[in-house]
Amino acid sequence: MKRVEGLSKLTGRELYVDDLPVDGFLWGATVRSPAARGRIRGIRFDDSVDWSEFTVVDHRDIPGTNAIFLIEEDQPVLAHGRVRHLHEPVLLLAHPRREELRRAVEAVHVDVDAEPPVLDFRLTPDRERIQYGDDNVLKRLRIEKGEVERALAQAPHVIEGVYETGAQEHVYLETQGMLAWEEDGVITIAGSMQCPYYIVEAFEHALGRTPDRIRIIQAATGGGFGGKEEFPSGIALHAALLALKAGRPVKLIYDRSEDLAVTTKRHPSRVRHRTGVDGDGKLLGQDIEVVLDGGAYVTLSPVVLSRSIIHAAGPYACDHVRIDGRAMFTNSPPFGAFRGFGAPQSLFACERHMDRIAAELGIDPVEIRKINLIRDGDSTATGQVIADGADRVQVLDRALDLADYYERRTAHAGFNAAEPTRRRGIGLATFFHGAGFTGSGELFLDSEVHVAGLPDGRIEVRTANVEMGQGTLTVFTSLVCDRLGVPAEAVTIAPADTSLVPNSGPTVASRTVMVVGGLLEKASDDLRTRTGLPADADGRAIREAIREWHRSHPGEPLIGKAKYEQPEHIHWDDETYRGDAYGAYAWGAYVADVEVDLRTFAVSVRDFVAVQEVGRVLHETLARGQIQGGVVQALGWALLEECKWRDGAMENAQLTNYVIPTAGDVPPIRVEFLESPYPHGARGAKGIGELPFDGVAPAVANAVAGATGTDPASVPLTPETVMDLILRQRPPAGSLT
Amino acid sequence: MTVFLPRDLDEALELRDRHPGATAVAGGTDLCVLWPERVAARRDEWLDLSGVAELRGHEWTDGALILGAGTTYWDVIRDRRAGEELPLLVEAARQVGAVQIQTRGTWGGNIVNASPAADGVPVLMAYDAVLELRSRSETVELPLADFYLGYKEMRLAPDQLLTRIHVPRRTYDLQWFEKVGSRSAQAITKVGVAVTRRDGEWRVVANSVAPTVRRCRSLESLLAEGLPVSGPADLMGALESDVTPIDDIRSTAEYRLEVLARLLYWRLRDVCPSIT
Ligand SMILES: Cc1cc2nc3c(=O)[nH]c(=O)nc-3n(C[C@H](O)[C@H](O)[C@H](O)COP(=O)(O)OP(=O)(O)OC[C@H]3O[C@@H](n4cnc5c(N)ncnc54)[C@H](O)[C@@H]3O)c2cc1C
Repeated sequence: MKRVEGLSKLTGRELYVDDLPVDGFLWGATVRSPAARGRIRGIRFDDSVDWSEFTVVDHRDIPGTNAIFLIEEDQPVLAHGRVRHLHEPVLLLAHPRREELRRAVEAVHVDVDAEPPVLDFRLTPDRERIQYGDDNVLKRLRIEKGEVERALAQAPHVIEGVYETGAQEHVYLETQGMLAWEEDGVITIAGSMQCPYYIVEAFEHALGRTPDRIRIIQAATGGGFGGKEEFPSGIALHAALLALKAGRPVKLIYDRSEDLAVTTKRHPSRVRHRTGVDGDGKLLGQDIEVVLDGGAYVTLSPVVLSRSIIHAAGPYACDHVRIDGRAMFTNSPPFGAFRGFGAPQSLFACERHMDRIAAELGIDPVEIRKINLIRDGDSTATGQVIADGADRVQVLDRALDLADYYERRTAHAGFNAAEPTRRRGIGLATFFHGAGFTGSGELFLDSEVHVAGLPDGRIEVRTANVEMGQGTLTVFTSLVCDRLGVPAEAVTIAPADTSLVPNSGPTVASRTVMVVGGLLEKASDDLRTRTGLPADADGRAIREAIREWHRSHPGEPLIGKAKYEQPEHIHWDDETYRGDAYGAYAWGAYVADVEVDLRTFAVSVRDFVAVQEVGRVLHETLARGQIQGGVVQALGWALLEECKWRDGAMENAQLTNYVIPTAGDVPPIRVEFLESPYPHGARGAKGIGELPFDGVAPAVANAVAGATGTDPASVPLTPETVMDLILRQRPPAGSLT
Repeated sequence: MTVFLPRDLDEALELRDRHPGATAVAGGTDLCVLWPERVAARRDEWLDLSGVAELRGHEWTDGALILGAGTTYWDVIRDRRAGEELPLLVEAARQVGAVQIQTRGTWGGNIVNASPAADGVPVLMAYDAVLELRSRSETVELPLADFYLGYKEMRLAPDQLLTRIHVPRRTYDLQWFEKVGSRSAQAITKVGVAVTRRDGEWRVVANSVAPTVRRCRSLESLLAEGLPVSGPADLMGALESDVTPIDDIRSTAEYRLEVLARLLYWRLRDVCPSIT
């Protein structure tokens, strides 16, 4: 099937928020905290500016609660009294001309009495730095299975490791932006977002309005990757507050520097492993501690931590596991949702650690994984019994085969012996990713979708799930076409506009196809039933029946509906963190072949193999695109992308100095899918959006370890880091000069 | 905002003389970075050189390749003779940004922008390029190697424009340029080096390791004298007196120095009997 919105994107006709035509609008801008932590002593406005031309908004203009509604209500919409991170929004300005606005922002001075900030999440804070609870822990979670201490005490070998990963910026092509206006008493937003109904809820609380006076419309969105999950609620509120006060539409669009400096990033992590194994590498006990940097407010850190610890033990069977997780308060802009949602961090540690164990025991990294990979009937760390018919060893074998793993390993040994300044290595990772919300999260979301039959016989799909480049519109269209036997021209997708579509939940967590797609199938069935036709009716009959129904019910809507019902096999206990954490897992095995230049210490990836079991592939091109895109984004995290911090915020906030991969940095990425359908996913599909992110960094780091004979414990492996590893970890007399 | 649009060099020099505060614009690729901030800072007199035909294009004379200050990287990349006779110009040009920048960015802009990371400058310096600087009253010539005084400071008077760059046509028995950026394209140089050798005379020019692009004269004499070198560490002493790298958001001083020594050692080992 052709990409639904492909032509309008290709021809530039698609309208992103900055392109939307509006008359008489004002530009909005944000005045931010100049300090990482402190009390606001006062706000001064320079005389050089004629302030009567400006709309000025501060916390006193917030009609409801001054909090961005999410898990906790600790994050203010606009700071009041104190600031907790650099760049925290304090004041809003609007003006018809952007240049004036830029100068005006410079002419507002937020005076702050600075207090000692927490800038390193790994350190235990002293008393004067405690700002959340009595220990700065935003969230603590534990998974326990069996008796880990006893298992470790009895294990023939106990191997330890500490691993760290850095922050990462999403670098969606389109920066954050919102347009707000009030129309007939309804505050309306059009903008770049993943979760329109999150913004509705945020507005209910902060603006003190009922949902019928709130309308949120997703404009064409140029990439999200999680960066447009929770963050847009704040900027939408800012635009709305300005528009309400000015009585005119307001456009608030971040430029790239502002976007990089102030928006959420992937949570930095430190993960400690203490692992008991026998001589063959069989896992006997896994003691794992996961610590995440949450930043200055709770935001989504509790659920990121949850996913992180659930994935921390890897796709392996082990009877004794303890995983302790903590998300720490720091005076940084909050870290947030990002493709993988905590899993890439803990899987990096897990998979790097597997190679370390293999190296210490002198066994093959392939074998240690094969011994331990979950077989049907085994259980995960939360005690979830896996019996999905997927063959995880086969996934690994297929990847090794495609990569010519053993041949290359031999070839590299010869190459490395002969070459003075180049070293090659091949590395692998096996991993998994749970799709959909964790545990009972999907039940709590209570998603609903509509498939409407229109009077002219067309069918309209109504969900709040958004297209942001990943192909939602195309896959939804194809699912409904298939289910009802109608051609693509007969199906339209309603805009993600909360005045038109029901709340089908956020477009996150690899849930859109698997969960919402599944609901669309049910709603399509419901539509057919409402027209009075049996399940085997063909598309032509259905379209005729829809027209007929409208002739006999003039003016009434014909809507097929479906609501989420938890599959019966899922049992989760949120108190003990035991049970079925996810309805389904996708499984992967990735192999990276790298070359390290011993003159420049640069790592280049020569070849990449990505094999995964994903239930069912619904659209081959889009699925490949997800995998390849995920691999490239994760290569950036593994090798290039480094946030340099100053006072807790990103200092290198330009794409000149925050370096993401170019086309020239991307190796051939060979993608292969294995399929064993998941009965509760749309046409058997499991989630694939996040999976590819998980396996890349460890495969690359393991390859670098092999190439250089070092033991990397962190990403990104920038040339500077690799230099450190080579100069300081290797015996100085080595042949690496 | 005022933009002056001179039609020829005389007019450009006259405007330069009358409006010393106006910023010259060639390709604009350096100036357009942070453009909104520049506009907000009310930097609002601009002298657009793009209409000045005398500054564009390049020509070959018996003794030199003469680049107009407004010659683009692309002009040089497309000239086969440049690739044959002065290949480092082409190699450096191909590694500037990516094609979009190569077709707009100019050699003159690269020189006067005076970034320590400029990629066009090391190769020109290694070829002993000479600058032609003009004002209404006079034309002077100055070796590129003597042009820079410090970070973003250079011997260019407010009434002068850089008009041409003379690159002597000579044969070299060694010429080599290497750029180390943070990725394979669109990368600012973290450390780079251009080297030429002709009748035993060396030029070693490094970028991103000092406040200006820097000729490494100690290293040049070490090489000319044929002092024995048996590893990158043996180059360190000379390099440390030639360059002063720093830690910044792009890299570290240690990395820059270590890599510079390694690049030089491994490349020169093949061509210098004294380096083993
Ligand atoms: C995306 C991107 C990538 C880049 N990558 C690289 C790279 O890899 N390597 C690199 O070296 N550079 C790079 N640059 C920087 C820039 O493109 C080059 O330095 C280019 O050569 C500048 O030329 P220009 O004609 O565009 O200069 P302009 O921006 O027009 O001018 C630069 C400066 O020179 C002055 N100037 C220009 N012409 C004259 C003249 N005739 N007389 C007096 N003063 C003059 C201007 O006033 C200004 O101060 C990059 C820039 C961008 C935006």
